[in-house]
Amino acid sequence: MKKKLVNNPDHVVEEMVEGIVLADPDKLSKVEGYNVVVRKDSPNEKVALVSGGGSGHEPTHAGFVGEGMLDGAIAGDVFTSPTPDAVFEAIKAVDGGKGVLLVIKNYTGDVMNFEMAAEMAEAEGIEVDHVVVDDDVAVEDSLYTTGRRGVAGTIFVHKIAGAKAEAGAELAEVKEVAEKVIKNVKTKGMALYPCRVPSAEESTFTLDEDEIELGIGIHGEPGTERTEIMKADDILDELLGSVIEDLPYESGDDVALMINGMGGTPLMELFVANRRANQVLEEKGINIYKTFVGEYMTSLEMAGVSVTLLKLDDELKELLDAPTEINIMK
Amino acid sequence: MTEKSKEILDKLADVIIENKKHLTKLDSAIGDGDHGINMARGFKEVKEKINGNNYETNQELLKSVAMTLISTVGGASGPLYGTAFLYISKVIPDADFTIDSLIEIGQSAVDGIQKRGKAEQGEKTMLDAIIPAVDALKESKENGDDLEEALQKCKVKAEEGMKATIPMQATKGRASYLGERSIGHQDPGATSSYLMIKTIVDELYKYKD
Repeated sequence: MKKKLVNNPDHVVEEMVEGIVLADPDKLSKVEGYNVVVRKDSPNEKVALVSGGGSGHEPTHAGFVGEGMLDGAIAGDVFTSPTPDAVFEAIKAVDGGKGVLLVIKNYTGDVMNFEMAAEMAEAEGIEVDHVVVDDDVAVEDSLYTTGRRGVAGTIFVHKIAGAKAEAGAELAEVKEVAEKVIKNVKTKGMALYPCRVPSAEESTFTLDEDEIELGIGIHGEPGTERTEIMKADDILDELLGSVIEDLPYESGDDVALMINGMGGTPLMELFVANRRANQVLEEKGINIYKTFVGEYMTSLEMAGVSVTLLKLDDELKELLDAPTEINIMK
Repeated sequence: MTEKSKEILDKLADVIIENKKHLTKLDSAIGDGDHGINMARGFKEVKEKINGNNYETNQELLKSVAMTLISTVGGASGPLYGTAFLYISKVIPDADFTIDSLIEIGQSAVDGIQKRGKAEQGEKTMLDAIIPAVDALKESKENGDDLEEALQKCKVKAEEGMKATIPMQATKGRASYLGERSIGHQDPGATSSYLMIKTIVDELYKYKD
């Protein structure tokens, strides 16, 4: 686990951001001096959507900057919330006068840094509002915790709120539909192998050769339960079972399904997972409207999978189907 | 006067940078394993910033430290420590420190952290080291302790507070996701706070006459 394709851990995020923009130079640009990726045609005359967080979750978030999804994304250091000044720069770069919606994943640091940035933007007369995504069912939501974490379900918020903004909706309407997604999206993940932050010498956690961790977060933070390795179908039953009973998703519901690789999982295994997820949902009478299999919200080289369900009504279906230039969300 | 404060802050930055691995290791147990990395990055910038600039007042100096931390640390510690230093900058005097002014400084740090983080004592956070340290100063004031005594007690209480986080269950921050599994680990935030208090006390003690 010592080897990485990295020049200098201190510059890895900046070099990555430069590489992201170079991969699509006609559509993306970098805000000078900050690890911020924005649509090259910014600002547009519409509500702008901005998200961000620690790096190491690619393609989240910069990979979702494009027509029909995000207007800007801030890349913090690896697994570390971006700072308020960087978020503020992103807001300024994309604001087209109709306001900016911040999509924040529910982590203490992210919420604090984005709130400070929102205060800075409001002081400059930019209309800013925010939503906080907390789709991870592995974490108990109670008065005694920070609340549930934001994980892969965030991508559906980007897609649907992005489509709504593109359609010319007002800030309050974009926020409303984002909150509808948040209310109806649930995720649970697991890890087979841990990951290591480039600047750290050790893995963030360790797992024995025959051990897996259920309910893992996307920062290598420990999950809820460690158990012996099981067959793929049994793991899927476990993950999907928790997700289904949480909302709950019921017979007759239409859902979008996302089988998300954590960074080090072969696609072969993700498709094996998708096969079982389809079987389970069919048994329960839950209709899959659209399936997404691939890497959406990764955790560096962590091996593992997360399963996300989003319950859809007509509005959400239409927005999910709306055009976007982001290939993996088409 | 700012020279003395600068020296203290410079030493404080050194201590945090020296403890990068220690803090990261504590954070790996119950958080996401980056506390030392983020803090060291921020305080390295603080060193460069304060040594490369001249400040007329302690207030300016502390404000500069706060803004540097806010814009370089990231995570939760960036806004929390940044806001703490920002609040300190509003009350720090240019005169020699007294028990009274230290209480005011400590209390404003607590106020800043609570405004941002909305935590109370006993939730396994940095406040568990800082609040007992401020309380100790308040007690010293009531008892009529001299500055030297007050500083030593303040340091001892901060250390006790840090160690008291070991049996606590976290209810704030990333460690709260672990529930009962957060018990048995010393909180990295309380540890960095203790290191700062210890350094400030040791440095002030050096200057006591």
